[in-house]
Amino acid sequence: MRDSRLLARLLADPAAAREVQDWTSLIAVARAESLAGSLAWRLEGRELPPRVEALLEAARRDGESARVQALWEAEMARRALAPLGVPVILLKGTAYAAAGLEAARGRSIGDLDILVPRAALPDVERALLAAGWEWVKEDPYDDQYYRRWMHELPPLIHRERDRMIDVHHAILPLTARPKPDMERMIGDPVPLADGLFVLSPADMIVHAAAHLFADGDLAGGLRNLWDIDRLLRQFGERDSGFWPALRERSQRHGLLPAVRRAVRLARHLYATPINWCQAPISKSLDSQGTASEKIGARHQLTATDALYRRRLLARDGWGRARRPLTRLAFYVRSHWLRMPPLMLARHLWVKARRR
Amino acid sequence: MRHILRLQVGPVSFRIGSQWRGPVEQLRRLYAGYPEPEGLCDFTVRLEAERFWRRWLRPSVAIRGDYVLPDAAPLPLAQGLLAAEMGMNLQMALGQKRFLLLHAASVEKGGRALLMTGHSGAGKSTLGALLGERGWRFMGDEFALLDLDDGRLHPFPRAVSLKNESLGLFDGMDPARLGPVLTGTPKGTIRHLRPNPEAVARMTEPARPVLILFPRFGRDLEPAIREVGAAEAFMRLTQASTNYVALGERGFDALTRFVGALPSRAIDYADTGQAEALVDELWRAA
Repeated sequence: MRDSRLLARLLADPAAAREVQDWTSLIAVARAESLAGSLAWRLEGRELPPRVEALLEAARRDGESARVQALWEAEMARRALAPLGVPVILLKGTAYAAAGLEAARGRSIGDLDILVPRAALPDVERALLAAGWEWVKEDPYDDQYYRRWMHELPPLIHRERDRMIDVHHAILPLTARPKPDMERMIGDPVPLADGLFVLSPADMIVHAAAHLFADGDLAGGLRNLWDIDRLLRQFGERDSGFWPALRERSQRHGLLPAVRRAVRLARHLYATPINWCQAPISKSLDSQGTASEKIGARHQLTATDALYRRRLLARDGWGRARRPLTRLAFYVRSHWLRMPPLMLARHLWVKARRR
Repeated sequence: MRHILRLQVGPVSFRIGSQWRGPVEQLRRLYAGYPEPEGLCDFTVRLEAERFWRRWLRPSVAIRGDYVLPDAAPLPLAQGLLAAEMGMNLQMALGQKRFLLLHAASVEKGGRALLMTGHSGAGKSTLGALLGERGWRFMGDEFALLDLDDGRLHPFPRAVSLKNESLGLFDGMDPARLGPVLTGTPKGTIRHLRPNPEAVARMTEPARPVLILFPRFGRDLEPAIREVGAAEAFMRLTQASTNYVALGERGFDALTRFVGALPSRAIDYADTGQAEALVDELWRAA
C-alpha cells in the first residue's frame, strides 16, 4: 500500500522526507511495523517540521534506553550462565546492539534471544531457573511440543525484571525441511569483549533470512528485512570475503533460496547493494548485454517474491493490517513449513480443542 | 476510517478514527472549543469492530491504535465515548516518552502548580475538578506531564472522568459541558465533564510545581495531614508513573529532582469540604 511503501522508501532514501505530506500516517505505519526508532535515526539532522522533529527525537531517546535495557538483560543472562562454561551466543536485536552494528540503531528489542549447544540445554535451563527466571505458562502439551519439535525452550520470564528470554539450540524448528548445520554455526561464533558471542556475519544473515522466510508468517517482516539491509551493507563494505562466505554458508545450511529471496527483496525495497559475484562477468557477455543489465536481471523479483512483497507491505495509513487473505495464506504457510502434514493436523486439532 | 476527529490537548495531539459515527460525534461535542492540531498528530487511536460482523451485530468497540494492549476487552458501542477516552490514555501510557507521566491530577494558581496523586478512589479526579471550578486553573485529572529537562508541569486538560458518587457533586454544572451518563462500564457509572474555558484556553501554559499531595478519601477518616519524606514520595510516584521504567536514567533524574525540591504531604478526608480546607491550609504554607 501507499503508506508502508513510503516508509520503506524513506528508510532507503531519507532525502525523500521532503515529499511527505501526511506525517501522522507515516508514523502510524512505522509504529505498527516497529520501525519508528529506525526511521527516527535515518531522518536525524534533516530539516523537518518542529512537531515531527520532537516526536522523532523522543523516538531516538527511547531507542537508546531500550538498547541499554537489552544489554543489561544480556549481562544478567551472562552472569547466570558463566559458571557453566558453555558458549552463549546472542541473537537478533540484542546481538546487533552488543556488536555495535548499524542494524541496532533505533531498533526496538523485545525479548532476549540466545543460542546454546543442544547438549547444554538442561544445565542452561537449571541455571536460569535458579537465577530468577520462571516459565511463562505451564502447559504439558506446549511444553512437550517445544521440547520435542521446536528449536527453543518454552519462553521464560524473569520474575523481578519482567523480561522474557528465548533459549534456542537451533535456528529453525527440528521439523522444518531445511536442516541448518548447527554444529558449524555454534562452533564458529564471534567473541565479544564481555565473554558473550554473536554469530559470524554470514551466519547472522542466514539466521535473519531463515527467521523471515522459513519460519513464521512474516509478521514484522518489514523490520526484519530492514535488519538484513543494514547487515548486508555493513558486512559487504567491511570485508571483501563476505559475499562468497555468505553463499558458502547459505548453501551449507540448506538456506540459499531463503537468503537469495531476502537479498532480492531487500534490494527491491531498500536498494541494498548486492555483490554475489565478485569476479568480473563481462567476459561471458555477448555483444547485446552490459554487465549491469545482466546482474539486474538476476536480481529481478520472481512471481513468488511479488507475493512476499504484497504481504510485507500490507498495512494502511491508520496502521491497520490489510489484505486478510494474503495474511491468512502466509499464516497457513508458516505452519506448513514448520511440520509435516500429519503432525500439523494433530497440532491444530489440539490447539483448536483448547480454545 | 469513516469518522475522524483530530484533537489537541495540551502539548499532545491525537487522531481518532472510528468505524461508527456515534463515538466521534460524542467526542466532538465533549471537546467543543478545543483547538485542532496543526500538522502531525502524536498518536493515532482506532475504534473498530473486533470481528468484521461485530460492526453491525451486537456492535463492540475494540480499542486499538499505535500502541495496543493485547488483552484489552472491547466495550459495547453505547460506551464508545469511554472507549475513545481509554484509547487516548493507552497511547499516553504506552507511547509517551517526551515527559515523565504521572497518574495524577494537577491545578495551578499564580503560576504555581499543585499535584495530587493516589490510588483509584482516593479522590484526585474529583478534587482536581472541584478546585478547577473554585479559583484554580484545572490542568488535568488523569496524567500530569513532568518536563524531563526543566521540571515544569505541562497541562493535559482532557475531559474529567467523574465516577459513581462524585457525579452528584457536579449536578449544577452547565449541561453543555457534561457528556452522556455511561452506566454499567467496567468502572461503574461514568460521566465526562469538559474543563472550563480558562483551562482550555491556557492548555499550552506550563507551571512550576510547588506541592505534592497524596489524598486519601474514606467516610470514617478523621481529617489529617502527614508529612511524606522524599524517599517515600519517590517510591509512590514511581508506582504512579506509567513510563518511569521506560525512560531509564532520564526518568530517574527528573523524578529525584522533583521530589527533592518539593514538599510532600498526605491528607485524609471524609468529604470534599474537609479536603478543600486542608488544601488551602497547605497551600498557604507552601
